Amino acid sequence: MGRILIDGNEAIAYGAIKAGCRFFAGYPITPATSIYSTMLSLLPPAGGICLQGEDEIASIGCCLGASMAGWKAMTATSGPGISLYSEQISFAIAGEIPIVIVDVQRLGPSTGSATRGADGDIQFLRWGSSGGLPVIVLAPIDAADCFLLTMHAFNLAETYRCPVFIASNKEIGLTKESLDIHALQLPAVMDRKAPPTAEGDAAAYLPFAPLQGEQVPGFAPIGGKILSRQTSSTHGPDGYITTDPGIIAETQHRLREKIENAVQNFSFHEYFPAQGARTLIIAYGVTARAANAVCDQRKNSKDPISLLILKTLWPVPEGLIRKIAGNYDRILVPEMNLGQYVREIERILPEKRPENRSKNRISFIGEMNGKLIGPEEIREALDRKGGEG
Amino acid sequence: MTGLLNKDRPPVFCPGCAHERITHALDKAFQEMNLTGNEIAIVSDIGCSGLFDTFFRTHAFHGLHGRALTYAAGIKLARPELNVIVTMGDGGLGIGGAHLLAACRRNIDLTLLILNNFNFGMTGGQYSATTPAHAQVGSGFLNQLEPPLDPCRIGAAAGAPYLVRCSAYDNTLSAKMAGAIRYNGFSLLDIHGVCPGRYTKKNRLTPKSIEEAISEMPPFSGEIEENVRPEYGAAYREKSASLDAPSPRPEIEAEFDPPSRNRQEILLLGGAGGRIITAGEILCMAGMTAGLNASQKNEYNITVLRGPSISEVILSEAGIGYTAIDQPEIILAVGQEGVDRAKKVFDALNPDGMVIAAADLTLPECAGEVIRIDFKEIGIKEPDRALAALAVLAGKRRAILPEMLKRALEYRFKGPINESSMKLVEKVLWER
Repeated sequence: MGRILIDGNEAIAYGAIKAGCRFFAGYPITPATSIYSTMLSLLPPAGGICLQGEDEIASIGCCLGASMAGWKAMTATSGPGISLYSEQISFAIAGEIPIVIVDVQRLGPSTGSATRGADGDIQFLRWGSSGGLPVIVLAPIDAADCFLLTMHAFNLAETYRCPVFIASNKEIGLTKESLDIHALQLPAVMDRKAPPTAEGDAAAYLPFAPLQGEQVPGFAPIGGKILSRQTSSTHGPDGYITTDPGIIAETQHRLREKIENAVQNFSFHEYFPAQGARTLIIAYGVTARAANAVCDQRKNSKDPISLLILKTLWPVPEGLIRKIAGNYDRILVPEMNLGQYVREIERILPEKRPENRSKNRISFIGEMNGKLIGPEEIREALDRKGGEG
Repeated sequence: MTGLLNKDRPPVFCPGCAHERITHALDKAFQEMNLTGNEIAIVSDIGCSGLFDTFFRTHAFHGLHGRALTYAAGIKLARPELNVIVTMGDGGLGIGGAHLLAACRRNIDLTLLILNNFNFGMTGGQYSATTPAHAQVGSGFLNQLEPPLDPCRIGAAAGAPYLVRCSAYDNTLSAKMAGAIRYNGFSLLDIHGVCPGRYTKKNRLTPKSIEEAISEMPPFSGEIEENVRPEYGAAYREKSASLDAPSPRPEIEAEFDPPSRNRQEILLLGGAGGRIITAGEILCMAGMTAGLNASQKNEYNITVLRGPSISEVILSEAGIGYTAIDQPEIILAVGQEGVDRAKKVFDALNPDGMVIAAADLTLPECAGEVIRIDFKEIGIKEPDRALAALAVLAGKRRAILPEMLKRALEYRFKGPINESSMKLVEKVLWER
């Protein structure tokens, strides 16, 4: 069996279908549109629905409705569309509605540059919705990741009943690559769990009561035999508005903990330790590929470099990063933005913060100019005296 | 049959609120239709109309302001058998205007109840999209400057097939609701009512004055003949049923020995519409026929048939990390816009590199061999230049071989396009 030529956007669409996605709605936007057009070719003949919403708000709204009706749903856009999704993202968090949201990032604030790549939404995806509760963000580095991480994203959305983002980039989404799709190790497909309530006892269903011993509620679809409730208002286990501070606090904490406490179950990453290395590059997205090239070149040099590629960005896999980073004197974080995820690295490794003036330093290189960060720029940053980034 | 009202959660509207009458009329409509709770989903908007889902023992969905129709569309498309009722105020009508237009145009079988009481009750009586200019509301003089809109006339213009304007005090309200729910398509009821908590504090509005006002407006009492057409979901499923799944992507087998297994960086420069990206794809596929890894990074502006188009193709037996090309071995230049955009790269060309360029292009100085092709002279049209340049490259046995290129064409094109592109490649190979 041979290999296919596929770009990241197409790979996301194929991964979604493989994960059981039956509903897609999106609004055309460069560089994400080809996810929509690929879904439109795949879903209707398979009995699914693919819609073009009247705007981004409607697109994600249709997905939330379909998801609550029991269908796995996905939408895709770029930065300007994520801005419009914001209110619906907070709804998906509050209402524990499984949904996969793809952000094929493009350069710049606002409408920016439609056909240039960047990783400028990395903090925005985490913090860009009201209430400040966590979401899951996965970051692919290539077409294979686009396929696999989209499958994982659906599984996580189903398991934790929450929005899960794919933080792609024009440079992954629209870059074609040869891919041996048969060689991919596909995860088993997961579905949201049903509530324990017997059908005859439908009145007893509490739509937001966590399952026994878990932090995630069982799911009864709107339109099923059990009467289901969904609400964006602050609610208790019964799905009705509550003003009880105890119940409110319990729900808010549960929404946070069900995601943050579980991150060790889905800390996707690749770690390439180099023998004798004192420096670690922590990278994600397409920039990880340039970093990989640098590490390859330096493998047998007097100054070998190790590489940690993070594919789960949010929640921050703090334990993983601390454990690996502890082995190194110097850390370099290259990003296609002006310094976003490096804040997290500095936050969780305070002893390596630049102001601490120890020889253990975290440095950053990044740029937003429409170009990839290349191996040459990473090499220069590594060679700068004292690692000042 | 007993009603579907939630005995544990009675309505909590202000005394005299029209919403309370509408609540009971809706319950009566459900009873008239013999519906059970799990055959209904109530999707409620924000404001006082947003409380409706809590008063009934049905499926319930309460979301963000103005977006109720979007959730309802997703629910109904996934569950066509469900009766989906949307309750929305005149506030939701205004903020969700684009969704109302889309719902009318799409004709998904939803029933929209607009609980029209001419102001934002919950937030302090501010003016809404339906507040009359003469009303005294909580927005100072602002409502005097914007005429109210009529959801029925807008609905008719936007393609809604079923529209009713009526009073909350209408004795036949429940029958009107049942008629709208039964209708197989998008139906909208513009229900005028009193907001005693806010609006009627300063404005005179009674069941009688509502009745009179409605009688002076264009009447809407059901089906709009010119808008009658198949329901969206049914039409969608019918169209989908006749579609074939797309043919699977070609799986490319490794069968040739490539001229080189090292990383080959090849830059294609042209203009939008010059099939640069297609040529890049074919080049990748040609490499893959020899078992090489391939990547293709593209650069173009947002304009469609104007501006530069650049494709950076890498072929390599080793895995491809970094996908950009800073120092190409090969440049295929077929359009001036691409050349101008990538001027700097010519400086970086390796001395043993190669440029294959159309004769009519102005090229920057560069190291390496430059091969000029007069495409016009050999009868190659503008959009075929990029493929012809690939044929020249294959003829030189650099990066790809003629047989790799031809096999790639077989993978990429079927039927007449395959034949014509194959002919073109043969011709170039022969001419060269």
